[in-house]
Amino acid sequence: SEPFTVKLHEDSFRGYRTDVPSLDVEVTKDELLTWYKQMTLVRRVEQAADALYKQKLIRGFCHLAIGQEAISVGINSATTFEDKIISSYRTHPFVLLRGGTLKSLVGELLGRVCGVSKGKGGSMHVFTEAFQGGHGIVGAQVPLGAGLAFAQKYKGKKTATFAMYGDGASNQGQVFESYNMAKLWNLPCIFVCENNKYGMGTPAERSSSNTEYYTRGDKIPGIQVNGMDIIAVHQASKWAKEWVTSDKGPLLVEFVTYRYAGHSMSDPGTTYRTREEIQRMRSTQDPIRGLQRYISEWGLASEDDLKAVDKEAKAEVDAAVEEAKQSPYPDEKELWTDIYSAGTEPPFMRGREREEVFHYSQL
Amino acid sequence: AQMTVREALNAAMEEEMLRDENVFIIGEEVARYNGAYKVRSLAPNTATTSSHGCIQVTKGLLDKFGEKRVVDTPITEMGFAGLAIGAAFDGLRPICEFMTFNFAMQAIDQIVNSAGKTHYMSGGVLPCPIVFRGPNGAAAGVAAQHSQDYASWYGQVPGLKVVSPWNAEDCKGLLKSAIRDPNPVVFLENELMYGVTFPMSSEAMSDGFLLPIGKAKVEREGSDLTIVAHSKMVGHSMEAAEELAKEGIKAEVINLRSIRPLDIDTIKKSVKKTNRLLVAEGGYPAFGVGSEICAQIVESEAFDYLDAPVERVTGADVPTPYAVNLEGLTFPDTSVIVKAAKRALYRSN
Repeated sequence: SEPFTVKLHEDSFRGYRTDVPSLDVEVTKDELLTWYKQMTLVRRVEQAADALYKQKLIRGFCHLAIGQEAISVGINSATTFEDKIISSYRTHPFVLLRGGTLKSLVGELLGRVCGVSKGKGGSMHVFTEAFQGGHGIVGAQVPLGAGLAFAQKYKGKKTATFAMYGDGASNQGQVFESYNMAKLWNLPCIFVCENNKYGMGTPAERSSSNTEYYTRGDKIPGIQVNGMDIIAVHQASKWAKEWVTSDKGPLLVEFVTYRYAGHSMSDPGTTYRTREEIQRMRSTQDPIRGLQRYISEWGLASEDDLKAVDKEAKAEVDAAVEEAKQSPYPDEKELWTDIYSAGTEPPFMRGREREEVFHYSQL
Repeated sequence: AQMTVREALNAAMEEEMLRDENVFIIGEEVARYNGAYKVRSLAPNTATTSSHGCIQVTKGLLDKFGEKRVVDTPITEMGFAGLAIGAAFDGLRPICEFMTFNFAMQAIDQIVNSAGKTHYMSGGVLPCPIVFRGPNGAAAGVAAQHSQDYASWYGQVPGLKVVSPWNAEDCKGLLKSAIRDPNPVVFLENELMYGVTFPMSSEAMSDGFLLPIGKAKVEREGSDLTIVAHSKMVGHSMEAAEELAKEGIKAEVINLRSIRPLDIDTIKKSVKKTNRLLVAEGGYPAFGVGSEICAQIVESEAFDYLDAPVERVTGADVPTPYAVNLEGLTFPDTSVIVKAAKRALYRSN
């Protein structure tokens, strides 16, 4: 479809040691409708995860990205599968966006063999060929992201790494260590802070002496972006990728967003903030409703067309949930596979007592 | 009276904070949010009383002691562990809470190198009276990065004391002793035990109740077999002893309580009586608590009293899997202990 130019709200970006991306963004109808569909699908699958958790079919921890859909979809829209994206444990959307199927995502949440990690990783540990995970320890993925960028530069590739973390993780020492090495070695690394205002139950201003996360890279320039506007996220991500792939060194990007749900499923999310605050964010800032308004305003699709997208997303998710539920649990042999690369294991490994021994010749 | 493990830990901290103005607690979400890390306990073999095992060990302490003494930190484990150690160098008595010991790995250099060794390196000039505490061991359904036991890791380090309590009395008496101890103490609570209720003696309810660090407790006397365990595995060992009793086997169960110092004398004494030894733990088999106990028994005169190979019951040698069926094969329970116990007695089935 034909590209056309739209103008972002003037408050969409703020810069630190740099100009900001242009407010004029070229988009196409197809792009906008794709993003609408992707965000809708992401929200639907997160809602399904919410329900499955409450039915006790998902175990342990489950962190939902409802409210933050524009970030995963917007970054993905500005990248190819050659670029790297690494993040923490609120990352179900990237599985869908980067090569995984609905069934493989839901299957992982249910601990079934059809899951992206064969059921061995669970909600926090999801990976695809084009998404580098899915990491459970707060902040630990950030130097890993710098390492991915190091490898990209080493190989001479014109690709970028998006190393993502939350406002809570932003205070980990290794985040600052990563900034320093990335700047020192001019790595094509975009440090992405998803500022959803709360690190677990602690508001940003109680954890961070400087809550302008895009300014925390010292000599590294940064931009702050309205993370509730998919077009702004797309524009910023594209701009950031151009920045790092033109050898200008690392960049900090802060997406200001909001988490509708609790930190994880066991956190009701209402003891440290008011219901009114959540309601106000939902009714005024929602990324999906925001895009819907653009689409209607610009006459790109009718309300019925969008309703059909919603309906289809729901049907796809429902079908995937049913399929994933039919998938078996992993075979007991899978307890022992993947600890080491196949063929390089020790001859045997021990279970809970000396007669429980797995010999790799059994595989 | 009875108490949950959570209440016992909370009472221990409250009593010690009332007793000593220098005691303070620092960690993530310990104050305003009353402890945030909440794991749903779905393990079939746990006795948790609620469907959600919430840690919330520090609940109410902020109201009682204020923000000066109950300090919320950013998520920066290495930083606040180091800061707490520095405060201990200057005579404060920090209780440094980790949301879980899995996250304490971010800070393990500070625990081992700064807390564990400074007193020695300074020739006794800089003492380090600090408690590192938080949930440890396998939890339910949280996969490899959030589910492991660190007892043997810290147990290796001279300069640290390492405590691994089982029930509410253990928790109260040992935590109070840990807070009063002039050394750094790693206090390993069990993630799946917080909501479990245990009886409390009137002595244990008093604010003077202390249990000695470095002393194991014989929880059940027996003459046929010694079962040594720590933390949650003590409960499984007690259940196993009960099952074995139905077949006329009298198992003695030793609750280690301390990993370092290790009360090897109590174990040796028991082995000399029963001639058979089984060690049960939730950690990895390799280089573990059980391995150490085996080695110390083999090195000692108790070796001559053994009538069967020592049995080790441990976590499997794998990163913790998420899928429920695989997780079930990863950590021992009562039935595994019974099986190994019978083998030690040369009985099969």
